[in-house]
Amino acid sequence: MYIYNQHDQQIVEQRAAQFRDQVKRRLSGELKEDEFRILRLQNGLYLQIHAYMLRVAVPYGLMSSRQLRMLSAIATKYDRGYGHMTTRQNIQFNWPSLEDVPNILDDLAKVQMHAIQTSGNCIRNISADQLAGAAQDEVVDPRPYAEIMRQWSTFHPEFAYLPRKFKFAFTGAKEDRAAIKFHDIGYRAVKNNADDIGFEVYVGGGMGRTPMIGKMINSFVPEADLITYTEAIMRVYNQFGRRDNKYKARIKILVHELGVEEFTRRVDAEFTALGRDGAVPLDRAEIERVAAYFTDPDYADMPDQCGALAQNLLDNKDFSFWHKQNVLPHKKAGYAIVNLSLKKPGVPPGDITDKQMLVVADLADQYSFGELRSTHEQNLVFADVRKEDLFDLWQSLRDTGFAEPNIGTMQDMICCPGLDFCTLANARSIPIADKITSRFDDMDYLYDLGELKLKMSGCINACGHHHVGHIGILGVNKKGTEFYQITLGGDATDTASIGRILGRGFPEDEIIPALEEILKIYIDIRTPGERFIDTYRRVGATPFKAIYEEFSLRGAEL
Amino acid sequence: MKIIKDKAIVEDSWTHYDGTGDMPAGDLIVPHKVWKEVDLTGRKVGLRLEPDDHPGDIAGDLNSFDLIAINFPTFNDGRGYSYAKILRDRFGYRKEIRAIGDVMRDQIFYMQRCGFNAYEVKAGRDINDALLAFDDFTVTYQTSADEAIPLYRRR
Repeated sequence: MYIYNQHDQQIVEQRAAQFRDQVKRRLSGELKEDEFRILRLQNGLYLQIHAYMLRVAVPYGLMSSRQLRMLSAIATKYDRGYGHMTTRQNIQFNWPSLEDVPNILDDLAKVQMHAIQTSGNCIRNISADQLAGAAQDEVVDPRPYAEIMRQWSTFHPEFAYLPRKFKFAFTGAKEDRAAIKFHDIGYRAVKNNADDIGFEVYVGGGMGRTPMIGKMINSFVPEADLITYTEAIMRVYNQFGRRDNKYKARIKILVHELGVEEFTRRVDAEFTALGRDGAVPLDRAEIERVAAYFTDPDYADMPDQCGALAQNLLDNKDFSFWHKQNVLPHKKAGYAIVNLSLKKPGVPPGDITDKQMLVVADLADQYSFGELRSTHEQNLVFADVRKEDLFDLWQSLRDTGFAEPNIGTMQDMICCPGLDFCTLANARSIPIADKITSRFDDMDYLYDLGELKLKMSGCINACGHHHVGHIGILGVNKKGTEFYQITLGGDATDTASIGRILGRGFPEDEIIPALEEILKIYIDIRTPGERFIDTYRRVGATPFKAIYEEFSLRGAEL
Repeated sequence: MKIIKDKAIVEDSWTHYDGTGDMPAGDLIVPHKVWKEVDLTGRKVGLRLEPDDHPGDIAGDLNSFDLIAINFPTFNDGRGYSYAKILRDRFGYRKEIRAIGDVMRDQIFYMQRCGFNAYEVKAGRDINDALLAFDDFTVTYQTSADEAIPLYRRR
């Protein structure tokens, strides 16, 4: 992974010092809260219902075991012994005190981490395919480009006070695992016929109260133009994005209101003008310097077939279920990619304790070259595990609680913190997620349902990505009572679609029966091998509306 | 009034005039409309830009102004950063570009990188403290108005 040089290190240290001074001026009263708010948000510090919340950046989801140990130490020393993995591959601490935050930043800087631009109306932490560098279907490793863009966007002087937050995502694979069509800018690294690297650029995707699918505005931006082309998009947005209404301030609204042709024309004109202004193309030498940090680890040459693994799969049914569900093929013979599931009944999705972090760090050292990745679905990944080690690793993960064989099932749900923590939320989501994972805890049933993306948000801001859930749940508040609306048909991948509201919302005690009815209908009408989303696309919403005829479900107009 | 100019605290020689009331003596900073409609001969004139005034619209008049003041009605409206960049890089404006309005220590580092060289620090803030902003960071990644070469070529 990327290792900071003296300049990178200096920048995070100076940021920590700058923020220490800002906190001092806030505590002295010199900075008013409305001024400090914008400054602290640019450093990932929110004021939530009970306490401050600090969001630490995990650029493109890649971490070392050493960094994870520091996160564990921070959870122990400054928090209540746990952290929370977010849908932007970051980690959040829910209970730091304001006075401690500068010390936390100093500790983070010691392991080349920071909280820069993890919130605020600026370019946020860049997310990427969690299987980058290891996936079989990868064309170009996107991580060097994501790192170059991380550096470019860090304290970019022109784009620190944008109309609204701004999110980039990168993939370089055929299958989109990074939801690039639901980002302000999504980049897919590709190769042209001459084997040159460039990017498909998607703009104006997003969730929130107006979900939109990103539109491709350029099918091949050469790598040398990556920065300048992005600068052109950002400058068009910074000047012309709406600032009169925060709900209409995202770039998706600008693209929508101008129309994609006019928006693209403005970007192209700005790109040409930037070239005349003296924009500097991205050097091949710099790409190679950064790419040198993302070369393959020291893989052993091994046969792809592993006799011991085959035997363990035959002998141990639990292991074989886990292997089928949580382990993915690797580009290198003899290796596999392992998902660590952070989803199980009784634990908020994405939560990890300080002790678990230490165990995971040790396991990463032992089995996966000392690195791990976080995923936007709030799990962790060991990307480079020898097949011959899978059985031992599985046993250790089981002891740690991360071997639930539920990746991709309905139990592997994305969930926002909701009203238990968040000042924006209208409804609780963690307790509902717990009811769902507890009710739908029969593995045979979950496997029979197959791939089913369930995503839940506690408000319309959609941090839990409900718009792109095959089944989405949205918490709303009506006259002081929490209700939950169900959407069907969302999809965050290449076949992107936005879920549609099925009908009346449900009070908390009806959400489980409603899901049961929907799943019953699916099982009745699916064809063999058909996933929920495929069935929905084939038959539409009408058959599922039958749940409202079920006498036990009252539902409510919202 | 004291302002920061070229990284030093200096006494300001300019006066803002919005076109209403008696015209002050001396050099004036005025909106584009006032510049067009009021006789300002015999003095230096600075142009005041609001966030809704795009620099592209006044590009042809730039030679008439000895100063351009870009207003930040609130510091989280960041359009002025792009305007300063465009004035410097695209239109080659080399005279004073001044930040006015909601200008605090915490924005000045970014502002100078975008081409501002003068700052009216907002009332109630210590201008000496604001002067420290230039030292917040000694390293920057990107090219900008103050740096034509990206960090990776300078390493």
